[in-house]
Amino acid sequence: MTVRHHVSDDLLVSYAAGSLAEGWSIAVATHLALCPSCRRRLNVAECIGGDLLETIAEDSPLEDSWASVRSRLQQQQQKMSAEPTPRKTKPAGHRDGLPEPLRSYVGGDVDSLAWRPLGRGAYHIPIKTADAETKVRLLRIPAGKPVPEHGHSGRELTLVLCGSFVDGDVVFARGDIGDVDASLTHQPVATPDTDCICLAVTDAPLKFRSWIVRAMQPFLGI
Amino acid sequence: MGRKTEADQTPDMVALLRAVGARQDLVAFETLFRHFAPRVKAYMARRGGDSHLAEELMQETMIAVWNKADKFDPSRGTVSTWIFTIARNLRIDAFRRENRPDFDPNDPAFVPDDIAPADAELDARGEAEQLHHAIAALPEEQAALLKLSFFEDQSHSAIAARLNIPLGTVKSRLRLAFDKLRATLAHSGDVS
Repeated sequence: MTVRHHVSDDLLVSYAAGSLAEGWSIAVATHLALCPSCRRRLNVAECIGGDLLETIAEDSPLEDSWASVRSRLQQQQQKMSAEPTPRKTKPAGHRDGLPEPLRSYVGGDVDSLAWRPLGRGAYHIPIKTADAETKVRLLRIPAGKPVPEHGHSGRELTLVLCGSFVDGDVVFARGDIGDVDASLTHQPVATPDTDCICLAVTDAPLKFRSWIVRAMQPFLGI
Repeated sequence: MGRKTEADQTPDMVALLRAVGARQDLVAFETLFRHFAPRVKAYMARRGGDSHLAEELMQETMIAVWNKADKFDPSRGTVSTWIFTIARNLRIDAFRRENRPDFDPNDPAFVPDDIAPADAELDARGEAEQLHHAIAALPEEQAALLKLSFFEDQSHSAIAARLNIPLGTVKSRLRLAFDKLRATLAHSGDVS
């Protein structure tokens, strides 16, 4: 398997810098699990972070800090044996299934998911994150069918996990990431061989304070 | 290779970190601490401005360095890079209260590296130095943007608003900088 559509520089640098919101980061990290060449790009970005850290400040004596850290290390060593560190258990996976970190976010692999119907044979699973910036969901598009209409007003990332879809004359298969902004009108279609499972991350829709505007949103198309 | 490099004048950070990992060498750790603690503290302060919190996060980072020293892999980059990633993750936990989604190399669905690292540790050192010179040679506007991206924890749209330039310009400048830096390094991922 060779990934052909990769994560963009701006997302990769933000992810390396630690400033990318959680929703986008799920797509980036899951793509990285499937794409060794992007992991090498990530490594370059993190090395930039390391180099910038060297130049951020001069040497300065921190005597109190050192004394404090040294005593914390000594205390830690005394109680080390008392507390074994708890290990988080992750849902079991397999080679062609959902990679981490996505699998833990949805709580299982492709064959054990609680899909919710979206209509026209499509299903989805909304994924909760702590960021207010994105909306994240796993989509299952029936073989040969178009991706159902879903309103978004900004950027949309689509990471293919199973099957494939065609957008225009471009094929997106496992590991490929599609990255479009709202100005593009497109109609991706799942290829006829098998259902297509993909992760979709979008900018959260505009939220309006006024209940009148909220009530009008569907009619205003915003 | 008679050239004296900057790296030769500083203590061998890899050897110090190995001493901490292998035998919990407190003397080696103190040298690491005296070099990195002020830098990590400055990094933390850039985000919050609160010096008590920056101090606490710096101490947590350095204690994590002590605890995880045996997991450091010199083929993946310098000690500074490794400490940067630890500090970054702690900063996300502290300020954003979000998870940082990360891949897991032990996951059965993980696609392993396709290029075997040949003498990777030596490469990593040479590359770190090349990278350092390449960053120093970047045009000021690109270097400033990289620093904002890495230190201030702001989205690219927030940076665009702050500098009063279009988001597209932020992205294209970052891309130019990143392309240039990537080109200075060997086998650094070849995608467009």
